[in-house]
Parts: sequence; structure tokens; C-alpha cells
Amino acid sequence: MASLREIKTRIGSTKKTKQITQAMEMVSTSKLRKAEENAKNFVPYMEKIQEVVSSITSGNIEVSHPMLTSRPIKKTGYIVIASDRGLAGPYNTNVLRKLTEAIEERHQSKDEYTIVPIGKVARDFCRKLDHPIAHEVTGLPDQPTFAEIKEIANYAVGLFADEEIDELNLIYNHFISAISQEVKETKVLPLTDIEAGESQTSMYEYEPDQEQILEVLLPQYAESLVYGALLDGKASEHASRMTAMRNATDNAEDIIDELTLSYNRARQAAITQEISEIVSGAAAQD
Amino acid sequence: MKTLTVSVVTPDGPVLEDSYDMVSVRAESGELGILPGHIPLVAPLTISAVRLKKEGNTDLVAVSGGFLEVRPDKVTILAQAAERPSEIDVDRAESAKQRAEQRLNVTKSDEIDFNRAKLALNRAINRIDIANQ
Repeated sequence: MASLREIKTRIGSTKKTKQITQAMEMVSTSKLRKAEENAKNFVPYMEKIQEVVSSITSGNIEVSHPMLTSRPIKKTGYIVIASDRGLAGPYNTNVLRKLTEAIEERHQSKDEYTIVPIGKVARDFCRKLDHPIAHEVTGLPDQPTFAEIKEIANYAVGLFADEEIDELNLIYNHFISAISQEVKETKVLPLTDIEAGESQTSMYEYEPDQEQILEVLLPQYAESLVYGALLDGKASEHASRMTAMRNATDNAEDIIDELTLSYNRARQAAITQEISEIVSGAAAQD
Repeated sequence: MKTLTVSVVTPDGPVLEDSYDMVSVRAESGELGILPGHIPLVAPLTISAVRLKKEGNTDLVAVSGGFLEVRPDKVTILAQAAERPSEIDVDRAESAKQRAEQRLNVTKSDEIDFNRAKLALNRAINRIDIANQ
């Protein structure tokens, strides 16, 4: 059995670890609240833009736009949303696993896909495995604003518009609740399946005409899809980190309990031994 | 008198929601004035000020591009960024203006950066104008 002093130091260090994980949990909880609010603020914008897009594309008149038509897929782009820091439980692993699966399943060579990793973890992963990286983004704030995302989204949409890639997919964690997140892969471009909104497809007048509106609207729509996924991902990240840190805190408590028990046992054993030594010493003098 | 419900939404959240008598905007195809009962309409907006009139008062909102969606009793403005005059950070806009001007001086007019700088300059000037009114 370990010595008394050894056990004491271990209890001490576990307590310190617990303090850290507890603090991180609290930080993540408050960040999660903000991230959820950001995601909520974004909903009206997304709904509205979706409504307008679907009412234009589902209209009777045939509209065509490069972003709406699928081309034969020669090269696929992936936007992978991971975090900058670790200690977020399975958050990053899940996303990266999904990416690996998708690549193994669909592509034979490295020329057939390119990746836009968001977050240090995703970037390092792609570098290590020597995946082609089109553009990398790190150091995003915890509460990203649209202006900060615009560039990334713009870039990815531009790749598609320039026919650099023929398909753009997003891989991210979808936030379901504080304790459950799900990895999702969604196709951003081409925009083939635009969900029709609340069937309220009122016929609009278009000023100047539909084609020109699509010209402005579709890139914005695609950008907002990316932004939405990013907000979703951020909320998941904080939720995932919060859960991971709570588990770590709970584990630390268990370890402290166990160690305290063995500490007490060791102390009692030492006392008992001392007493029996004294008793036997006294008995020997008689 | 009939009024229009106007809401301005951006990806970072709603900026404004209120009822007004009239909305006038600068669309890509020219000025548009919208009164209650307008037919449903969709139009892209330029980087400009949206003027909202209510009982003789005019409220301004700076929009950086985006869309206008009109329904008979409701107007929605979808913009990537929108601010009321009181929310505009004039210092930031001034420095953005200077940056954009510098960039315009060094880049040639056929580069992508040139267009981006021009847009940035327009946004900055728009914000400064609106904040000063």
C-alpha cells in the first residue's frame, strides 16, 4: 500500500484538477447559453431567406442558375467544423471520423476532394493525413458574428461558382440538447433540395427580375447555411465540453473519495501497528 | 390609417420591428417607396439608408446590401448587416473608410481586391452619412 504521504499528495493534486474541470464546466455553461441565443437570433433570418428562395425556385417559371444545377461531380469540397481546443469529449473525434468515412467511401485519389478545415484540431488532422487543404480557418471567437464568417462562406461559395469544386458539403455537430449532439453531413451546393417553407408560397413581383435576384440571393443563402452550421457547431462544442468537464469533475470526486478511504485505512493501520508495538513492548518488560 | 409592420433581420439577430406608414429604400433598380397594401415584391437592395416614416418622423437604418420582401401588410428587410444611427460606430467606420481608400490607391481596378475595397468604402461612407444625419 502506498505511504500516507503519497496518498495525501495524490488527493491534493486530484482536488486541484477537479477545481480546474469545475471552472471549465462553468465557463462552458455560460458560453453555451450565449451560443444558444446566437443560434436563436439567427432563426428568423434563415427562415425568411429560405421562404424567399423556395418561393422563387418553386414558382411556375423555369429559373436557372449555376448554383441550382448539379454538375457531374469531379471534385468535392468539404467544410469541416471542429474546435480550436481539445477537452471537448467526443466533439472533434466524431466530426473527423465522419470526414474519414466520407472520404474513404467516395474518393479514390486526393485530387477528388478538397477540405476547408475550421478550427485547429481539424487543420492539424488534415495536415497529418496529408489531405488537400483549400483554405484553413483557426482562432474563431466563441461567439462568431456574421461578418467574421462571411469571408469563409464567401470563399467556399466562390470555389463552387468558379467550378473549382462541383459539390460542397458541410460536416459539423448538430446541437440537439445540452447532453446530446449528432454529427451531420449536409450538402450546401448545388442547392437541389430547398425545403419549401410554410407552404405560404405567395407569388411575388420581382424587381428587376428573378434571375438577377437569384444572382444576389443564392450566394447569400449558401453563406447563411454555412453560418447556421457554424453557430450550431459552436453550441455543440460548448455543450460537449460542458458534459465532458462535468464527467471529469464527477470522476475526480470519485477518485478523491476512494483515496480518502484508503488514506484513512492506511492511517488506522499505522495507529494499530503502533499500539500493538507498545503493548507487545510492555508485555515483554513484565 | 393603415400601417406596415417593418422588420429588419440580420444573421446576428433582429435589428428592428415596428409599424410605420411608409418605407422607402434604394433598390438595385432604383428608389422604391412602399405604402400599406403593396403587392408582394422581392427586390435586392444597395448599400444605402432605409427610410421609415411614421407620423411625420423618419427613422433611418443603414443596410449593407440584402433584400426587401414586401407583403401587403408586412415588409421584411433581410440584410447581412444593418444598424440604426445610434448603433453605428463612427470611429470604426472612419478607419474602415481610410483603409479602403488606401487599398484603392494601391490596387489596380481589375483586381478582385479593388471591388472589395470599393464595397467596403461604400459601406463605410453609408454608415458615416447616416450617423451624421
